Amino acid sequence: MQVKDVVKHYPLTRGIVFKKTIGQVRAVDGVSFDLHKGETLGIVGESGCGKSTLARLIMRLEDPTAGEIWFEGEDMAHLGSKALRSKRRDIQIVLQDPYTSLNPRMTVGDIVGEPFEIHTSVAPKGDRKKAVQDLLEVVGLNPEHINRYPHQFSGGQRQRIGIARGLALRPKIIVCDEPVSALDVSVQAQVINLFEQLQDEFDLTYIFIAHDLSVVRHISDRVGVMYLGKIVEIGDEASIYEYPTHPYTQALLSAVPVPDPLGREGRRRIVLQGDVPSPANPPSGCRFRTRCWKAQDICAEQEPPLLQIGTKGGQYSACHFPQVRDILDNDVPTGAIDLSNMPKE
Amino acid sequence: MSDPNASVSAAAPETVETETYRGSSLPPEASTEKPRSLWSDAWRELRSSKIFILSAILIFFFLIMTFFPNLLTFGKDPYTCDLKLSRQGPSSTAWFGYDNNGCDVYTRTIYGAKASILVGVFATAFAMLVGGFVGVIAGFFGGWVDSILSRVTDIFFGIPLLLGGILVLSSFPSTDNANLYSEVGKVVLALGILGWTSMTRIMRSSVIQVRNADFVIAARALGATSGRIIRKHVVPNSLAPLIVVATISLGGYIGAEATLSFLGLGLQPPVISWGTMINDAQPYIRVAPFMLFFPAIFLSVAVLSFIMLGDAVREALDPKLR
Repeated sequence: MQVKDVVKHYPLTRGIVFKKTIGQVRAVDGVSFDLHKGETLGIVGESGCGKSTLARLIMRLEDPTAGEIWFEGEDMAHLGSKALRSKRRDIQIVLQDPYTSLNPRMTVGDIVGEPFEIHTSVAPKGDRKKAVQDLLEVVGLNPEHINRYPHQFSGGQRQRIGIARGLALRPKIIVCDEPVSALDVSVQAQVINLFEQLQDEFDLTYIFIAHDLSVVRHISDRVGVMYLGKIVEIGDEASIYEYPTHPYTQALLSAVPVPDPLGREGRRRIVLQGDVPSPANPPSGCRFRTRCWKAQDICAEQEPPLLQIGTKGGQYSACHFPQVRDILDNDVPTGAIDLSNMPKE
Repeated sequence: MSDPNASVSAAAPETVETETYRGSSLPPEASTEKPRSLWSDAWRELRSSKIFILSAILIFFFLIMTFFPNLLTFGKDPYTCDLKLSRQGPSSTAWFGYDNNGCDVYTRTIYGAKASILVGVFATAFAMLVGGFVGVIAGFFGGWVDSILSRVTDIFFGIPLLLGGILVLSSFPSTDNANLYSEVGKVVLALGILGWTSMTRIMRSSVIQVRNADFVIAARALGATSGRIIRKHVVPNSLAPLIVVATISLGGYIGAEATLSFLGLGLQPPVISWGTMINDAQPYIRVAPFMLFFPAIFLSVAVLSFIMLGDAVREALDPKLR
């Protein structure tokens, strides 16, 4: 899958009968990335940076203002409704809140079986019940609970129901929109392990959205960092976490709690000043410049493009002054990344 | 261990265990577990509510009066009148006395329930169907569809129920061969055409709440059509407020029918309803107050019991009030 310059602007309107557009909220403003088969792409960023909107755009639950989403030779962003409906089989979503993502008036069997009723060709009528029970078993639920209602389950079990529903059509890609952030930490681990197990079993590709950096690190092969509707840095998991080059990534990583009190002392925290600017009126040039300690004149004038960093490839950073900064106290082995034109701070 | 009871009680848990074990190895169709839906939870809540039981008993009696009035009138006919008995007070032969034409007020009150209850039920059903449908369409699709439907609703909402009822009914005066059903149908139309607007507003707002729920988004991601989303997800989750309002307004429609009949516009004689009886009694309120009193009491209790029922249903359906 290839996402190209996807943009979603929400108009800000005034007036009830005669609506006047007075501005645009730039929720997602030019996001591009490639998604390789079988990998897990983590998307991190703080609340309101456009992660969930991006998920909805990829799912085509919202129509993008501009941009293209290529999947198996077709542009999902401009597919007609009929073609889109059949294409939906291949991309499914697991939503954040297991308490609101299941219809409280339907039984578990009906919820997990709904995909089969919509795409009748997937499972013939007589086999549907069996198929639903198999799915429940796959996600670690008792297949006998098919007649229960969602409120009879715990949060973790509900999220498993949501996963079973997403899995029903045997999709190729599953978009996980903060699937564990509403769960207890102990349950989070179980659900994440389930995600990994399912990935092996069904050959899935994940887009895993979260704001918990350690969760994303655990599950992802590659990680993209979003700030104010743009990807500021993207690369494989090891390079993002060990050699972050964008100041925002560095600040984000420095905020990860360190469980070891001794390690904590040696850590250099970066505390950002000010708040996230409004996406209705983002700063000119680099969007992060208002909170960046490295901001220069050029940052206000030119928007830094997402450029490849290092020689190993795969890591891209949108900063005028990218520099590796050791945040997590890793032993940075020299030569692992090309630092020839990047002085270490 | 010679005591047979002791061995039975000791063996009992074992039996239970084997049963559960067997249950899990059986195909799940054999699972006897009762599903607990939100509706069944609400029903359980309702059954324990005293107000619900009281109103249900009263409504049960009104329904008997509607469908089997002769059970309660001991075979008396409401149209058999004797002018000699005109305006005689309550006695052991006629519990509620006789009206101006010498008809038994008790019998007529029982028979009068039919028209009133039918008007209430059908006017509510009409308003619920029309209002619910318009509300779902306006709330679900939003945008200009919503704008147009909401303005139309506002126009109808601006016409007072009674004024509109008077207008409609006086434009279609009763013909000579009017029977109960054509008369009831006319009043139902008059009340329903003006009553659906409040149902639309209620339905629209609760559909808007559900429209963007996560489970609707999930269904859309699965490729569900709008019709399916409305049928399976939106309507079942937004119906509760409509049911509550409908139950309460059922009482209101009965009252409105009585008002229209009292004004001489609603149901016309020979159809008997509480409203026409109150209308008949009005000139004789001083000499024969019982003529007014008994149908008025029945009317008030009927309205009250539907309002109480609606209240009980609201409490049962709204988990936040528990």
